[in-house]
Amino acid sequence: MITLQGKGVFGGIAIGKISIYKRQQNMIKRYHVEDSESEIERFEKAKQKALEELKDLFDKAVLEVGEANAMIFDIHQMMLNDLDYCESITNMIHTEKTNAEYAVGKTADNFSEMFASMDDAYMKARAVDVKDISERVLAILSDGAEQKIVSDGPVIIVADDLAPSETVQLDKSKVLGFVTQHGSSNSHTAILARTMNIPAVIGVKDILMKEYDGAEAIVDGFTGVIYINPDHVTFRTLEQKQKEDLEKRTLLEELKGQKNVTLDGQTIDIYANIGNFSDVGAVLKNDAGGIGLFRSEFLYLESQTYPTEEEQFSVYKTVAQNMAGKRVIIRTLDIGADKKIDYFNLPHEENPALGYRAIRICLEEPQIFKTQLRALYRASAFGNIAIMFPMITSMSEIKKIKEILEEVKAELKANMIPFREDLEIGIMIETPAAVMISDLLAEEVDFFSVGTNDLTQYTLAIDRQNQKLERFYDSHHLGLLRMIKMAADNAHKHKAWIGICGELGADMELTETFLAMGIDEISVSPSYVLPLRKKVRSIDVSKIKEGVLSQL
Amino acid sequence: MKEFSYVITDREGIHARPAGLLVKEASKFASTITLKKGEKSGDAKRIFAVMGLAAKKDEEIRVIAEGSDENEAIFSMETFLKANL
Repeated sequence: MITLQGKGVFGGIAIGKISIYKRQQNMIKRYHVEDSESEIERFEKAKQKALEELKDLFDKAVLEVGEANAMIFDIHQMMLNDLDYCESITNMIHTEKTNAEYAVGKTADNFSEMFASMDDAYMKARAVDVKDISERVLAILSDGAEQKIVSDGPVIIVADDLAPSETVQLDKSKVLGFVTQHGSSNSHTAILARTMNIPAVIGVKDILMKEYDGAEAIVDGFTGVIYINPDHVTFRTLEQKQKEDLEKRTLLEELKGQKNVTLDGQTIDIYANIGNFSDVGAVLKNDAGGIGLFRSEFLYLESQTYPTEEEQFSVYKTVAQNMAGKRVIIRTLDIGADKKIDYFNLPHEENPALGYRAIRICLEEPQIFKTQLRALYRASAFGNIAIMFPMITSMSEIKKIKEILEEVKAELKANMIPFREDLEIGIMIETPAAVMISDLLAEEVDFFSVGTNDLTQYTLAIDRQNQKLERFYDSHHLGLLRMIKMAADNAHKHKAWIGICGELGADMELTETFLAMGIDEISVSPSYVLPLRKKVRSIDVSKIKEGVLSQL
Repeated sequence: MKEFSYVITDREGIHARPAGLLVKEASKFASTITLKKGEKSGDAKRIFAVMGLAAKKDEEIRVIAEGSDENEAIFSMETFLKANL
């Protein structure tokens, strides 16, 4: 068994035979052409045909991988039409009296060298794009047919590199996965592989050995490892991994696009909780209806000093745009002495859970608070952002918050900076105090979101991390459930909606209870969205409602 | 001649997708539109030139429009940059 290491670009396990793919090298011959005019004509015609092919590829890619990822073919068309590119070719034909093939090839080399010599990794990868469009024109000039990947059965394609157009044309029924010797994870090929769900590994040195052609192999897209002629143990382990992965994917296929509706027609929103900008992909992949909790702390944790309004705005705006109209609930800064953020200079506390944290810091330091709020309001012009305040215990906090919000809005208006007027404002229900005055709080805000982790701790007076207290800890404590019900009833009585963003939301033993309480939204970790949807769709609330509520 | 300066806020700088959209936008106008980053300059209607500037986050670029519709061009480019980069 031979083990090779590369970079996994898309997770998934492929098991099958290797088929080595060698792109037909268009041998570029140079010869003298006296009639430059008609040679330029020849190039223009080939360019036109290439543009048509790219348009077809774009249309195909839109269906396969969505518009955003298909854009690369739109960019390719722009590159082909670029004046610098075309002038270089036509000038060469004219001044050097050379054939179109040579001019195209030389121009491709020049441009691709320019990109390859750039420091930026992203730009370096663009060299592939220039080569790709030029190869296409060359193939048309030399009357070559578009090379397609052919094989008898499904195979693992092994190649030196794959251009975006080659990747998108991979017949998924024939390709189990692909492995390339070169390639960067910034390349559009990598992006396409991810979107097409084909296990792929790039940058595998020494993979292009003749003797590997036809050999049995396993591609582990998660770890980036290739096993050629795998031994029995490896085979069994990875076969199991493949099975589990397949189950997850089948669930995805089954439930994606389905509604979160019970057997008797009650609906509930299922959103996802994320702690980082980079998790948005998982949110969309798992078909969450929105983001129920975007923990903004990472911006503060990642930075050496307070993140600026621009830095925050950039992140919030991008998330809002990527979520394309789906609700994004962003929680304002929620840190305390237990999180090590040096530049905050938080004094040591005996009881950080009961201390100077979250909204308390924001109200004491309105500059920091306003910076975040301004960034959020500005970003609200780009999508459906809602703002949520953590650790609320009193009406006076709400009053103060609203004053600050009005200040922020007035400042933005004065500077003609657009923002969403009807932006939703909500609060975390995570303290017993908030639950007990939830009738009053519900009049002041648009929604509640129950932070069950902290609510449980404060209500049961228990530190969940303390092993010694395990026997005293009941995550389904009746007191806690009654708290949630009280908050839910008060919310609805006063025209607010209520969601759950704590861990309890994913606890499927309580899904019936939450549905019976009329909870409007549950936000869970992205990988729980679809299992929760499955659970919701299996429940008939009318049958269990009375029983459940009588127990509370 | 009209011009303005802009500091890139997008994490990825002017990468392929916004470069393409920028070129599309600039190409709507008759005026010559030039992008400058420090010493480097590029024609905003040429995608290789725009990408070649390799303008990254926090870098400042100058946009210069010159021609019959330079006012509209500058306004449009400024709106574009603020919205996309």
